[in-house]
Amino acid sequence: MGTAAEFHLAIIGAGPAGLSAAARAAQIDAREKVATPSYVLLEGSPRLAKTIQRYQKGKHVMAEPGFLALRSDLQFGAGSREKVLETWGEGTNRLKINVRYSADVKKVTGQKGDFLVQLANGTSVRAANVVLAIGVEGNPRKLGVPGEHFEEIQYQLDDPKEFRDETILVVGAGDAAIENALALSEQNDVWIVNRGNEFSRAKDANLSLVLAGISDPRRRLGCYYEARPKAITRVERGPPLTVTLDTPSGERLIECHRIIARLGADPARAFVESVGITFPGPQKQAIPELSRRYESNVPGVFIVGSLAGYPLIKQAMNQGYDVTEYAYGHDVKPADYPLLESRLCGLPFERETDELLERFKSLVPMFRELNALAFRELVIESEVIVAYPDGPECAEALKKIEAARKRNAQDSGPPRMTRVIREGEVIYEAGEFGTSFFTIAYGEVTLQTEDPVARTSQLRLGEFFGEMSLLSGRPRAERAIAGPGCILMETPRRTMIKLMNSNEAVRAGIDWIFVVRELQRHFAPQATARELRDIAGQVTVRNYKAGEPIFTEGEPGASLLIVRSGGVTLSRRRAGQDLLVAQVPAGELVGEMSLMGDSQRRESARATVACVLIEVGRAEFLRLTQRGDAPVERLQRAASAHVAESARMEVRPEASAIMNFLMAQGLGEATNALIIDESLCVGCDNCEKACAETHGGISRLDRKSGASFAQVHVPISCRHCEQPHCMKDCPPNAIKRSDNGEVFIDETCIGCGNCQVNCPYDVIRMTYEAPKKPGLWSWLLFGTGPGVGEEHDYRPTEAAKAKGKKATKCDACGGLSGGPACVRACPTGAAVRIGPAEYLDLADQRRR
Amino acid sequence: MIHVNILRFREGRYAWGALGLLALSIAIYATQGGRVRAGGGTWQGYVLGTIGALLIVWLTVLGVRKRRYSSTFGSVEGWTSAHVWLGLALLPVATLHCAGLFGWNVHTLAYALMCVVIVSGIVGLYGYLALPRQMAANSGGSSRAALFAELFSLDRQGRELARGCDAAVSEAVRSSIERTSIGGGAIRQMLATDRSLFMSGDSAQGAAQMRVVANSDQQAVINYVARRVPQGAKRAEVANLQALIVLLSRRQTVLRRIRRDIQLQGWLQLWLYVHVPLSVALIAALIVHILSTFMYW
Repeated sequence: MGTAAEFHLAIIGAGPAGLSAAARAAQIDAREKVATPSYVLLEGSPRLAKTIQRYQKGKHVMAEPGFLALRSDLQFGAGSREKVLETWGEGTNRLKINVRYSADVKKVTGQKGDFLVQLANGTSVRAANVVLAIGVEGNPRKLGVPGEHFEEIQYQLDDPKEFRDETILVVGAGDAAIENALALSEQNDVWIVNRGNEFSRAKDANLSLVLAGISDPRRRLGCYYEARPKAITRVERGPPLTVTLDTPSGERLIECHRIIARLGADPARAFVESVGITFPGPQKQAIPELSRRYESNVPGVFIVGSLAGYPLIKQAMNQGYDVTEYAYGHDVKPADYPLLESRLCGLPFERETDELLERFKSLVPMFRELNALAFRELVIESEVIVAYPDGPECAEALKKIEAARKRNAQDSGPPRMTRVIREGEVIYEAGEFGTSFFTIAYGEVTLQTEDPVARTSQLRLGEFFGEMSLLSGRPRAERAIAGPGCILMETPRRTMIKLMNSNEAVRAGIDWIFVVRELQRHFAPQATARELRDIAGQVTVRNYKAGEPIFTEGEPGASLLIVRSGGVTLSRRRAGQDLLVAQVPAGELVGEMSLMGDSQRRESARATVACVLIEVGRAEFLRLTQRGDAPVERLQRAASAHVAESARMEVRPEASAIMNFLMAQGLGEATNALIIDESLCVGCDNCEKACAETHGGISRLDRKSGASFAQVHVPISCRHCEQPHCMKDCPPNAIKRSDNGEVFIDETCIGCGNCQVNCPYDVIRMTYEAPKKPGLWSWLLFGTGPGVGEEHDYRPTEAAKAKGKKATKCDACGGLSGGPACVRACPTGAAVRIGPAEYLDLADQRRR
Repeated sequence: MIHVNILRFREGRYAWGALGLLALSIAIYATQGGRVRAGGGTWQGYVLGTIGALLIVWLTVLGVRKRRYSSTFGSVEGWTSAHVWLGLALLPVATLHCAGLFGWNVHTLAYALMCVVIVSGIVGLYGYLALPRQMAANSGGSSRAALFAELFSLDRQGRELARGCDAAVSEAVRSSIERTSIGGGAIRQMLATDRSLFMSGDSAQGAAQMRVVANSDQQAVINYVARRVPQGAKRAEVANLQALIVLLSRRQTVLRRIRRDIQLQGWLQLWLYVHVPLSVALIAALIVHILSTFMYW
């Protein structure tokens, strides 16, 4: 058509990123004194910040990460949902942001300089550049039947308490539909309209709740199976809607007040791909390739916010600011520049930060796989460590760091600086629980192991270490020592897992080195990675779900398995009963006997928890053991010990039953679990009291709950899993693991509740801060209650409510000397915290 | 050993400590003799009295240590173990101190109070060692909350089944559920007395003629329903009654467990109501004892 673009910039999505981008554009327009806006903000919904609007009333919105300063023309600070939205609404008015609501973008075509943005209402917008700030939630699917536009049809549910004594149809059978239906049925008549004949997509917990709810006559909940709405009409009298349902027994007319349709969402990705943007892999978490300036592979199309992989509000707002500057051709230093500068300032190079980053990225093979943005993020989230010899060089570096610290000081607290260590310093010791992963960006690192045989190896530039704790959740197997002038990046586990999930090459590289190091550790202590390359390519990595069988007693066996993560239960079938004879933790071998003399499997193996195994076949095993350095005698000794142990368990079915019980409680993946001996427990609850008293008035364990067997009680309390489920999806990375293995939540928790949902053992609670209690003596002498250790029946203060609920869980009293308070406070010795190595002793003791 | 009871804590180190203290006390006592009669007034008596008084003060400090939850000064189990052993040693130490001289005075009152406190402690010790095992065996791995949940579920099913029976059985079962009594005052909890009732009567006379009878341990209502089975006319009715009997029997078992649990929990705590207040009284008497000794010196 050749017409000039109406706008220089079209911003799609009025969430934090889009709003901030538009606000910057408005400021640029004001500065340039242009008469008509040079940009437009397009929002599909009738209001701004759709996702935050959807939060429940009064929800506290957090302003993490604290170390990042806000760079936006709009204000933002932690506060209630209403406050945040009000501030943005005011800002939008003040800056006269050119926003079009209910402008649902259907299609973007064209190229840089002339994009055509087509809207659902038939109109279109022409713009030279496009910013996609649409988030990842996508648009809810519509019912797609006549009458779907009536206002009584909702695609979300804010507050189930809003409705009372209505007849409500909930369409859909996923978790959202079930949760809505259950909540609404407290005070309404609810019917679920399920297209299938079961709830196959639901989580287990929701599945049992909804089935129980439907069959419970007292609950006002029912379900139409194999049914779908066909048409909806509106009537004047009685309930406003009449729905025609297609059911197996023919059409039915149902009167209702309201329809909640929870049919899932069209993922944002489909739309993004339609614009021509490519993703690096098929994984759900994959993030589009972006340049340092947020530009995608389609020139002129920029991506910011959670779609670009940044789920936090502040990050998104900063990116909105920066992306507009870039789109207008301004070269600004990104908002995260001071953070990067702080990270790198202590290095022995006289180079610009950006140049340094480029250099590291090109030197390290793994970093080369990342896009520029992902790499910046990796550096920000990682710690940069540099080793100096004692002397002037080191002093110089410390001086430089101090100067940068002053320069980059900000309200949100001191930035994280380069960490300076001395050459020859131990980076970590064997046996520590680490949750980080190290990449060598320069120089060398020495790894030393004692177990099973003493062995030293040198790692060089581009290599990495610490993958063990990343993949298996086990403690460090070796000691790492900083070599001369080495520069390391220490990346937290969560960041690394995110990276592995979004980048196939990174995952493959780490997987491969893990296999190589496991083969070295078990079979070829002197071999180099190069020598093992071949064999490492031959072995198979297998994934098993919890409970899945691995091999069966009596069948011929031709391979051994190394447990990479999780655990394996070995059992023997005797007199119609499965007797648990061994529990193999991560890092050990299973079924090795079949390659060492007994080719028949003598046990059945099954995954105790979800696990990953490395299978080594006979041919590879022979090649490994024929090497001169193969520790054949040690392997044989270990195998004999296993055989003897299994036999010992087989003849003691009582001990085996207790082990079975412990495994059924999920203790196979625990590292430190609270176990109570019921024959000693007097029910004084001193354990809970001690927990509450040492943790701000809130107990993190529930003694009475949890299962018991043979007087062994496993209360509801954190087990500090090898691979903590809670850590999987924590937006501010607030869940950490200490060197001793305690998994704890720090003060940066934003109260999102993801960890609570992810924990399979119900040990995480969302709680308000408890008010302070009077001290012991004022209670004893003056009766000011509630007393120390007494029930604390409190209402949260307004201040605590304003802060919002935070996740609370056991931290194994990492901050207290002397060990966990629950155990130290038990007057009868009933409560102990033990790890998997002691389970056998426990089972043995209880036998009598 | 992973789980160790308080007597054997750290290979019974405090038992040996208490034994050592006892030996020392006997040795001190044995040096008395000659012209001065053994008793609280000799230097040996004073030394033994000081040991005893310090022991008493230290023993009461357990109450403070137990509530110092962030204290790292030993574990509470260790303190409790020492408390038990040294508390047991206190009786002979104090007896050696007074050398068996008793009278109607505050000194003997302090001694008597001490004896009651120690004996109540021994009772408590026995309870702590014996009862948890019985409680665990009784509840069969379920918590009290789980037992109550089962009971409520059985109640609901029982009402449902009763609706299908004739008026008299229905009323009997319904009333047996409604008039089930659990707990009560402290004594009834301790003895696990059951004052459950139900409405019994002949169906021919109609529900109005039914009267309230005792239903201790739910046996009466089970017997009542069982008696109706041979009189049943229809097959469906008999099946319903059979199901009711099974349900009522299960209910009986659950109720027994709950009562027993409450009872044992009560016994576990009862001794503390003697031990703690009398310890305070003992401290008071001890102060008077010491002051009066020095006043009349």
